[in-house]
Amino acid sequence: MTLLITVFAAVICTALWYFKLHDSKLMFGRLCLMYWGAALMWTVDAVFEYVEQEAAFFDPAAHDMLNDAFLGLSAAALGLVIWLVMLLIKDPRHVLRNTLTKKE
Amino acid sequence: MACFTVPAAEAIVTTVIAVAVKRKEKKAENSGSASAKTETPSIKMSVKLGWLNMMLWGGSILLMFEHIWHGEVVPWFPFLTAASSAEDTQEMLHEMATVGVTMAVLVTAVWIAMVAVSNAIMKHKPAPEGEQTS
Repeated sequence: MTLLITVFAAVICTALWYFKLHDSKLMFGRLCLMYWGAALMWTVDAVFEYVEQEAAFFDPAAHDMLNDAFLGLSAAALGLVIWLVMLLIKDPRHVLRNTLTKKE
Repeated sequence: MACFTVPAAEAIVTTVIAVAVKRKEKKAENSGSASAKTETPSIKMSVKLGWLNMMLWGGSILLMFEHIWHGEVVPWFPFLTAASSAEDTQEMLHEMATVGVTMAVLVTAVWIAMVAVSNAIMKHKPAPEGEQTS
């Protein structure tokens, strides 16, 4: 479930980047790469788990699935937070700098 | 257990390499060397290395979060619960050598494919308007 949610996040982000948010100032491509990196790593994890558990891998307990879904959503949210922090630190449009240095 | 540490270690190495490559590119740009001014447009190597860095760092951070979630990474020494006993440590090292190395290899392989595709796209010249064939 974690892998599935991360793949969906990566696909949605990549589609958004391709059609709307390809301005490099937004650094949206970095978010896509982050999600793809995590999705690839969780794919490897899933393959090793499948080799170990075989058919049981596709029949998880409801509780485990819910926990994994919660984890996947939390990981996706963490990715968004990391991207937002990177954007605010780099502040490509000087929005933050202008707001902070604005005199009353 | 600690599979994410292998791609994280690779990320540290590639970040150092990316910084060195960026410095070299800047030096070449400032000196106006011939290699810096190529006829065909191309993506800088430092940018390409940035893609690999983002995938490795992003993946490692999100996987570390998963390990924290499952109680495998803790904020106190030795930080990895599997490192508390010799038996668990051996299992952890085995997982790092198998799952961790495969993760790093797969991400690097995907990056190599991305670089190859981007190079092919940059070499490809779009056909002038009106000359496109269906």
